[in-house]
Amino acid sequence: MTDAADTPFMVGVIALPLAGAVAAFVWPRRAPAVGLCVAGLVWIPVLGMLIQLVSHGVQHHELGGWAAPLGIALRADGLSVLLVLMVALVGGTVSGYAAGYFGEVRRSTSPSFSSSPPGGDGEGSEDGGRAHARACFWPLWLFLWAALNALLLSRDLFNLYVTLELLGLSAVALVALADAPVALGAAMRYLLVSLLGSLAFLLGVALVYAAYGTLDLPLLKAALGGPVAPVAPVALGLMTAGLLMKTALFPLHFWLPPAHANAPAPVSALLSALVVKASFYVLLRLWFEAFAGAATGAAMDFLGVLGAAAVLWGSYQALCQSRLKLLVAYSTVAQLGYLFLLFPLSGAAAGGFTAWAGGLYFVLAHACAKAVMFLSAGSLMRAAGHDRLAGLGETVRAMPVTAFAFALAAVSIIGLPPSGGFIAKWLLLNAALGDAQWWWVGVMAAGTGMAAAYALRVLRLPFVGTASLPPVRRVPRSMEWTTLGLALATLGLGFTAAPLLEWLRVGAPVGGPGLVGGQP
Amino acid sequence: MTAPALYALAGIALFGLGLHALIARAHLVAKILALNVMGAGVFMFLIAVAARGEIPDPVPHALVLTGIVVAVSATALALALALRVRAAGGRAELPEQESPDA
Repeated sequence: MTDAADTPFMVGVIALPLAGAVAAFVWPRRAPAVGLCVAGLVWIPVLGMLIQLVSHGVQHHELGGWAAPLGIALRADGLSVLLVLMVALVGGTVSGYAAGYFGEVRRSTSPSFSSSPPGGDGEGSEDGGRAHARACFWPLWLFLWAALNALLLSRDLFNLYVTLELLGLSAVALVALADAPVALGAAMRYLLVSLLGSLAFLLGVALVYAAYGTLDLPLLKAALGGPVAPVAPVALGLMTAGLLMKTALFPLHFWLPPAHANAPAPVSALLSALVVKASFYVLLRLWFEAFAGAATGAAMDFLGVLGAAAVLWGSYQALCQSRLKLLVAYSTVAQLGYLFLLFPLSGAAAGGFTAWAGGLYFVLAHACAKAVMFLSAGSLMRAAGHDRLAGLGETVRAMPVTAFAFALAAVSIIGLPPSGGFIAKWLLLNAALGDAQWWWVGVMAAGTGMAAAYALRVLRLPFVGTASLPPVRRVPRSMEWTTLGLALATLGLGFTAAPLLEWLRVGAPVGGPGLVGGQP
Repeated sequence: MTAPALYALAGIALFGLGLHALIARAHLVAKILALNVMGAGVFMFLIAVAARGEIPDPVPHALVLTGIVVAVSATALALALALRVRAAGGRAELPEQESPDA
């Protein structure tokens, strides 16, 4: 073993944002610089983890040298590393965007509780709150980043609970940075749902400990290998219910659109792209690893049906919205539904790794594309002073870079080639057809058509809407170009599937052939 | 019925009581208290689990201690947010869901 193989990069990806968060909290004036430094430096441990994964396989690290049952153990397999990579990419872009978004303070009014009308008309009074929001955004976001990375590397149920809670608390505080009363109400609702979800999860964890005396996921898997105790399905059900609430799977999605749509734009992007994926990741760890013995086919099908309902209902709601950010938020509800098709498809023997790869590629593609959509919606909203679709035509026409970025993201959300979204849907379709579960194909086709329809509601704006007003203020160029950079990465995911899926296979809990039917 | 089993069942009952209050009560402070009652239920369950053997099991104790820290932080954030909701909307209650066309 060389020195490089032993370097605990896993600790680095958690410790670096955490140290940054503390620094940004202590020196608010330097906070943007600290945030951008972390966003750059975090690539060193992230790439280090990737190199270790490729050369040495799954990595383990025991904090402080204490072994699994007693100490805190970290584990990085292909899934963890890929998602940490996704967080670094999306998080880095959002950091660059946020430096511009929170950077400009034109009027130096004191931060105060604004009494602005809800729904984006409060952009004028937002200037006053922006100094306050800028001071709080960076520490909270860096805490969120550290919690995300810690969650993705944990392999212990109780650590997962703690990181989920850290994630939820910082996410709620970030939503509350938007001072409008609607945003505060949405943040409060989000907090209550998030805490309820955590407590349900914790009760499940307690039941698991009562029955098996361990919280370590690999040890639990071994313990569940034999006859399954009757308490196992109850515990799994409680934990799953809590996580579904946090993931906002239909019909538990009610809190998501107001929270995501009323948060400041960089926060919306982080929540929709990354935070909801964290609880989905925990679900995968539970259902396919620790509790693989207790999860039945019927339960997997049930999750798939809820996912299908989310695709249809979310897309329909997105078609009905009159505000841009709500449209994008309902699109998240729909896209999260696709992720849950992974359960019935990957649970089946024939689907196996194809569905697993499709679902996880969907996570990556949606993270990038949805971040781009929220960031460009934020730029448009900053320029126009509102986000009512009917009045945005002139603004979209005046901002071609942002419009182009949004269009590229829409290509991936719809699932058109060559984009990450296309590869993901292709793999899921292959899995569904390969296993003769053709009904999911119908859901995907309907969802794709509706996604095209709601994306076109935005993309047609420059060509209609002659009655709209021109933009009222300029947007920092860095906001537009960082958004475009991530949009190009979204497109690039369409060309990098082969290596990414090979990495994903390292330590994957499902086997089977890779790309059924060849790779596009 | 042994004492630990009684405590475990009482913990589950507390969890249920809290859940009911969380859904049924409108006032935000009542909702936050309900969440705390649910948390106390889970902690009691864990302590009952620890007391099953001859020697108390230290792991659930550690979990409960960590859980209490988390619960205190979450409660602090929730109360601060509830104050701001009241300052902004005049009432310490959740506003009606925003209608899509608001």
